[in-house]
Formats: sequence, structure tokens, C-alpha cells
Amino acid sequence: MPFIPHTETDVQQMLASIGVSDIAALFDEIPAELRIGSLDKIPTGLNEMAMSRLMHERAVAPQPLCFIGAGAYEHHIPAAIWEIVTRGEFYSAYTPYQAEASQGTLQLIYEYQTMMAHLTGMEASNASLYDGASGLAEAVLMAVRANRKSKSKRILMPATVNPAYRRVVQTIVENQGITLEPVDYQPGSGAIDTASLPAEPGDVAALVIPQPNFFGVLEEVNGLTDWAHAHGMLVIAVVNPTSLALLTPPGEWGEQGADIVCGEGQPLGVPLAGGGPYFGFMCCNLKHVRQMPGRIVGRTVDADGKPGFALTLQAREQHIRRSKATSNICTNQGLVVAAATIYMTLLGAQGLHRVALKSHQSSQALCEELQMIDGVTSAFSSASFHEFVIQFDGVSADEVLDRLLAEGVLGGFNLSADYPALGEAILVCATETKTEADIRAYQSALSRVMEKLKGGAA
Amino acid sequence: MTRNTIDQPQDGVIFEKSHRGRSNSCQAPQLNASETTAPLSIPASLLRKSAPLLPEVSEMQAVRHFTRLSQKNFSIDTHFYPLGSCTMKYNPRACNTLAMLPGFLNFHPLAPVETGQGFMACLYELQEILKEVTGMKAVSLTPMAGAQGEFAGMAMIRAYHDARGDTARCEVICPDAAHGTNPATAVMCGYKVKEIPTRADGDIDIEALKEAVGPQTAGIMLTNPSTVGVFERRITEIAKIVHDAGGLLYYDGANLNAILGKVRPGDMGFDVIHMNLHKTFSTPHGGGGPGAGPVGVSERLTPFLPVPMVDYRGDQYRWLTRKDRPQSIGQLSAFAGNAGVLMRAYIYARLLGREGMPRIAEYSVLNANYMMVELQKRGFDLAFPSRRATHEFIVTLKRQAKRLDVTAMDFAKRLLDYGYHAPTTYFPLLVPECFLIEPTETEDKETLDGFIDAMAKIQHEAETQAEMVRAAPYTLPSRRLDDVRAARELDIVWSSKE
Repeated sequence: MPFIPHTETDVQQMLASIGVSDIAALFDEIPAELRIGSLDKIPTGLNEMAMSRLMHERAVAPQPLCFIGAGAYEHHIPAAIWEIVTRGEFYSAYTPYQAEASQGTLQLIYEYQTMMAHLTGMEASNASLYDGASGLAEAVLMAVRANRKSKSKRILMPATVNPAYRRVVQTIVENQGITLEPVDYQPGSGAIDTASLPAEPGDVAALVIPQPNFFGVLEEVNGLTDWAHAHGMLVIAVVNPTSLALLTPPGEWGEQGADIVCGEGQPLGVPLAGGGPYFGFMCCNLKHVRQMPGRIVGRTVDADGKPGFALTLQAREQHIRRSKATSNICTNQGLVVAAATIYMTLLGAQGLHRVALKSHQSSQALCEELQMIDGVTSAFSSASFHEFVIQFDGVSADEVLDRLLAEGVLGGFNLSADYPALGEAILVCATETKTEADIRAYQSALSRVMEKLKGGAA
Repeated sequence: MTRNTIDQPQDGVIFEKSHRGRSNSCQAPQLNASETTAPLSIPASLLRKSAPLLPEVSEMQAVRHFTRLSQKNFSIDTHFYPLGSCTMKYNPRACNTLAMLPGFLNFHPLAPVETGQGFMACLYELQEILKEVTGMKAVSLTPMAGAQGEFAGMAMIRAYHDARGDTARCEVICPDAAHGTNPATAVMCGYKVKEIPTRADGDIDIEALKEAVGPQTAGIMLTNPSTVGVFERRITEIAKIVHDAGGLLYYDGANLNAILGKVRPGDMGFDVIHMNLHKTFSTPHGGGGPGAGPVGVSERLTPFLPVPMVDYRGDQYRWLTRKDRPQSIGQLSAFAGNAGVLMRAYIYARLLGREGMPRIAEYSVLNANYMMVELQKRGFDLAFPSRRATHEFIVTLKRQAKRLDVTAMDFAKRLLDYGYHAPTTYFPLLVPECFLIEPTETEDKETLDGFIDAMAKIQHEAETQAEMVRAAPYTLPSRRLDDVRAARELDIVWSSKE
């Protein structure tokens, strides 16, 4: 029997000990009318060889050159990471409730918290949330709790925040009476226009600031942070962790820094894998740490006075506080956090800086190349990190992407549905994985596609 | 039986092993000279002024450090881990190996579906398998953990009442033994929580339920088998009471392992359920995640399922979004949830097949009943002695705590010395000094016997050298940790000042 070790003798001895004649008798408290027969719609079991063959067949997929980002980024993943992460001692352990038997996981989370705090310029980090989008939702809930000067449940949510994140936040917070009010971006720059922010925004709990924003564009985070603080709002930063090797950490934004920092951890050593598992990170300063959701690990001492690690501040959590908890979250994304911790360790500040710089430069180079193609223009003039928006003149973005795929290139993410004002536009990403040859390959594929489409139109 | 108290060179946090200037140039991209010196197109006001504090260690140091850390864990692969309510069963290696094939790992979630048909086929078939095994009408895989599945479930219940204009329903009923996530979730969905008591035999107090329901009742959140390890025998009657009052029934799938392929929540009358795939479908617990908490619904809640879902039509698998399902409660993750976890669950389900699923229930229940009976024979008190165990059961150490001043926590810590992970302690809250013990079907009889012997030995130690038991453990990387200090002198980020 798959994964069941019992021999017939074992079963007979166990049944005799219990005092029943067969296993069926152990289900005698279940009303007979509820029991089911066979599960006809489920196929019969496969052995490992047959299953392996099936999965290998399904894993054969076209592997085009990928220039899509939009929240999930292709980076090099050092070989050591997943070798270690999938060690059974990490892979098959659980939440460290018995601290003495979980020092490995606990210390790793403590080291992760330290790395994330330093990367974001904040004083505290939790052990992770599910992903970047749900992490932002938790940040919004936290801001409403933490902003004691404000009685408001209004949140300013710029249009430059990833639209998928905005949808997730809406799903998660709407039943608690929280409203998300949009802030528009400037059509020329692709960034929030600080000059057009209202002088009297009224009572608002928090402003969300993405950096880089969904268009890859860099926001004027300092001015935005100061404006929000001047009006009694907290600042929620949504950041790309790779970019922080290059960009001002949220803890240093403006005069006082951001209050809550969150984002998607996937770029730190986690494969694209069709969308998950990834992890959301969340950091804040100590004054707000008791409002933070999720697990937190602290260093303490054991009975011998030797340093050790344990879950701490558990009075915030659902298993203690039940209906009064900061969140219903129970598990986090432990294993993926282990990958990110090893990633940051292997790369160090210098390596991460190189990844960020090379990604920035690849995308700059690609943007320059693509703009030279007839009918292709760059949408925004502002500085960007490793993504940019291009617009097509007179041809459909869908059509362009389809034809690029036929040429072996995933050209980008179509923005037309989420941002109709941009016309036929796509969001393009290039990271350190893209060589000069890859960039030229995209350029020549797009040239051919545009030529054909324009030619066809003419 | 003492551990090595000498500080070994491998101890210490990674930052203490860091040396300025040490790097792994092999892991980072090469920059040519012009790239390192080229002026950035980013304004100086947005640039970082000083590098973040990250470790500077060699690849080997990193590998050694984290490998050593892993060795400080108990895990299923190394220890019996009978953590009640968590279903710590063996995670087949094939599930990991096959889910990590490059063709799956390199699939960008926003790539056109034609580049990920094999991947999406697995997710689609998993939806179908979960529908069949739970008896629900439709399934969405997207919730990323049990708690998010609960959230999705309660949000659907709310959306259902709202869509009917039935907006006076403001209350959710939870048994006092419920998982902490249940009441926390109800509150996140804007509901008030009403608790109802559990009877001495472990079933819900039906009279209390009858009094609790009314026009204000949005629904009830139940786990069956319940958190006290018994099957709720009057479930059909409970369903009728709640439905007659206009409320809906939410099924917390934490304990699905006990009834897999035997009874289906859909047949019991539940309107919405979540499944913990990291429990019943054996995906890894990973030191606390990632999990996966798909939701299944009855006919009337189908329009409200969270998106995306996977559809198969015209020979192609595709994502269903809010455009296709306008009444959906919406999206819960940026993409499609913990897809890689879902892949592992799919592989596990196919390895089991239809004949393997009821066997999960049978052997997990056999193991639990055997342990329960044997522990009782060795003199331990059961919380619900008149009942069959399901896949788990509760021992109460109240007598030992009172007579010997040796608590459930002391027993738990001493078990670690014997090489067993402790069962869940002090949950459910209504049973004093309790152990919730869940052996799972993947453990052999010798292991169960070993654990039972260890419990008996600790009982003997408690009677003869209680002081010793109270100070356990002795053989682990740490002795008992000072939780109070951890919270009072908060040290959650390492700094070099000390």
C-alpha cells in the first residue's frame, strides 16, 4: 500500500489490542447513511515510475525567452539554495512550537528577520506572509490598527500599485469597512504627481507607496512620505527587495521613513513556478511591532543561560487571542523564506547590488533598443528600475505579443486591460539573466513583427 | 544523557561568521568595467547611501551553516512527529522531485496559457479530484493556507447572504473547541462570534445550538471530526438546525485525513469547506509553510468562489478570472496561489488513486485507536474515554499535574529527550493539561510502541524523579527557553553591538 507500512500481522495485533474484529468497526460512530462507496471519478493509483513519466511529459513545454515581470521576476538561483532547502530537516518540519526541537528553523527565521530589517532600513520584520499581494492587504489592516491619531478607515491606494495587488487588498479588507481611494499618476512620468496631491486630504489612515511602481518607474518617495506624514497618515511602502540593494531603503524615505514595509520576496531565490509558492515580507519599527501580523522569532536564553531562539509576542496571534488576534494567519511561507535567507547569504550586499545594477542596465539597454523600432515608443520619461512600458502605434498589443511568442519571445505583460488610457501598451522586464544576445534577439524579433504588422496595415 | 556544552565553531548566527570583503563572485552576475562606472539614470536622491548589512561568507560557509542549522530541527524525515491537528505524515520524495521539473519551475504565471498546458492540466485534474473526494460541486485552489481558505469560505457565505439582500445576518457560531483561526477569520469577514459549548462526550451541545441560531446567524464553523478527536455524530441534525435558521455550514478541513474516502463533507450538509493540502495531501510543512487551502462549495455558493480557477474547454486549459465569474469574492493572491504546493498534492493524489484514499482514513484511524487503547492500558487518562478515536485523540495529564506537579509541558519536553516530537499541547483549550496525539497512517507499529513505552517511562520518572522531568529537555541543542525574556527583552534583529 502506498506510504502505509502495516503488515497483515501488525493489523491483526492492533485490532486485537483495540478489541475489534476489523478496521471497519473503527468507523462505527459515523452514521451509516453518510458513508460512501468508491470514488469513481478519481483514477486508480499510479506507481512512481508511471507518475514520473506522466509528469515529465507534462513538463515538456516551450521555453521562450521571458521578458515578463509584472510582479514575478526571473533571476539566477544559486544551486546550493534548493539543495539545502529541500533537506528533510527543513522540508518536513513544522511551525516551531517546540522551540528546543526547532532551533534550526527558529535561528534561520531570526537571521531572515535581521536581513530583511537591514535591507528595508526598519527595526523589525516578521517571519513572512503568504505573498506580496496578501502582504499588502495585511499591511493595510495593520495601518488602520496602528494609526492611533486617525479614526479613519480610508487608505490612499495609487493607480501605480500592481493592479493584482489592489484587487487582492480589496477582497481581503472590504468586509471590514475599509475603503481604498485611488491616486492617479501623471501621464508623462508614470509616477504619482506630488504637486497634484490634495492640500486637505482629510482623515486618512495611510498612503501606499510602491517603489518601483508597477510601471517600473521610480516614485518620488521622499516627497510622498513627508506629505503623508504631514497629514497624519502612515506610510506603507511596497518594494521590490532586489531593488533595495540600489535604492533608498524605506526606513530612510523623507524625514521620518516609511512606517510599514511590505513586498514580494520571490526575487530572492524563488523560482517562477507558475505563481507560487512565493512569500510576502513585512517590516516595521518597534513602536508598531505589536500590531504586526504573523510569526516573529526572538533570541533569548535557555535554562543554562545559553542563547537560543523562540517564537515571541504570541499574544498577537490567533491561537492565543482568537477573535481578537491581529490576523487569522497561522502558517507563513517558511520553506520559501529559507530559500531567500540562503540567497541573501550567498550573494551578500555586494552580490545583490550587482544583481540589481545588472538588471537595471539590461532593462535600460533593452528599452533603448526597442524604442528605435518604428511604431514603438517608450511611455514614460522617468527613471526606472528593471521594467519599462512601451506603446505600439496603430497595432494591437495582443497581436504583437502573439507574434513575438511565435518567434520564441515572451515580450511582456499587456497593460491594455488594466490601464486603457495607455492604449496598446506592454510592460517589459529584463533582469541580469538577459545577455546582450537575448536583448538583440528581442529587438530583431520585435522589428520583424512590427514590420509585418505595419506592412499588413499599410 | 547530556549534550555537548562546549561552544562549537559552527554555532553562532551567520553574521558572526561574516568577514568584510568575502564574496561569492560565482553567484552574482559579472559586470564589465563600463557597467560599474556608467552613470546611473537614477537620481541620487533615490539611491541607497550605505550597503545593507548582509552576511559576507563563502559558499561553503553558507552551505555548512544552513546544513548545521537544519540538523537542529526535528522533522518527519528524522523523528516521529505526532502533532495533533497537523497531520505530520510522510511527504513522499517523488512529489517534490516531480514538482520541481524545470518545465514547471520556469513557467511565468503571466505567460500565455499555451506555454503551460501541462502545468495547468495538473491543477485542473486536482480540482476534479478534490471535488469528488469531498462531495462538493466546485473547487477553487487559490487560497494559500488553511486560514486563507477559511477566509475565502466565510467571505463567500457573506457574499451569498448579501446577494440575497439578507444583510441582518451578523453572527457566526463557533464551538468553544474550534481552532483559533475560526473566530479570527469570522472577525476578518466582519462578523461577531458566538461560542457554543462542547458536551462531556465531545459532541456539540445541540440544545445550546438551537438557542444560538436565529435570523442573525450567518453560519457555523465546524470541524468534523472535531478538534477533540471525535466524529460529530449528530452532524445531519446540526446541518438541519443551521439551514432551517437560514445559516450556512462551514467545514474546517483540518481533520479530513480521518474520513478521506469514507464520508464526504458535501454529504454531511456542508456548504463550504477548506482543505489543508499540507495535511491530508502530504505536501511539506516546511517549518511553517507554505501550505495550500483550496475551498470547495455546494451549488449555491459556486458563483462566489475565489479566482483564478482552471477551466478546460476547446482542448485548452485556461484561467477563469473575475471577467468570467463576476460574482466571485475576488482574488486572494497576486497569481494563482501556492501553485507548486498544489502540484505536490496532485502528484500525491495520483500516487494514491481512488483505492488509496480510503486507506488513508483507515490506517490513520487504526493507528490512533491503537495508541489510545495502549496508552489507556498503561494508565493514562483519556479525555473522551467513551468514544472511538478518529485520526487523533486526547490524553489529559491533569492527574499527573495535580498529584506530581509534572505538567503536560514537562511531559512534552521530556519526550524530546526520548527522540519523539511532542504531541500538540494545551489544545483544545477546554481540556486541561492535554496532549492531542495524531500518529498518521505512515507510522509503523514499532514506532507507535516506542512512543507508548516512552510515555510510560516518563510517567515512572515523574513519580520517582519529578524534578528531573520538570527541567527537561537535556539532549537537545537548547535547554528549556526563557519565553518571558524573549517577549520582555525583545531581540528580534541581530546587531553587532554586544
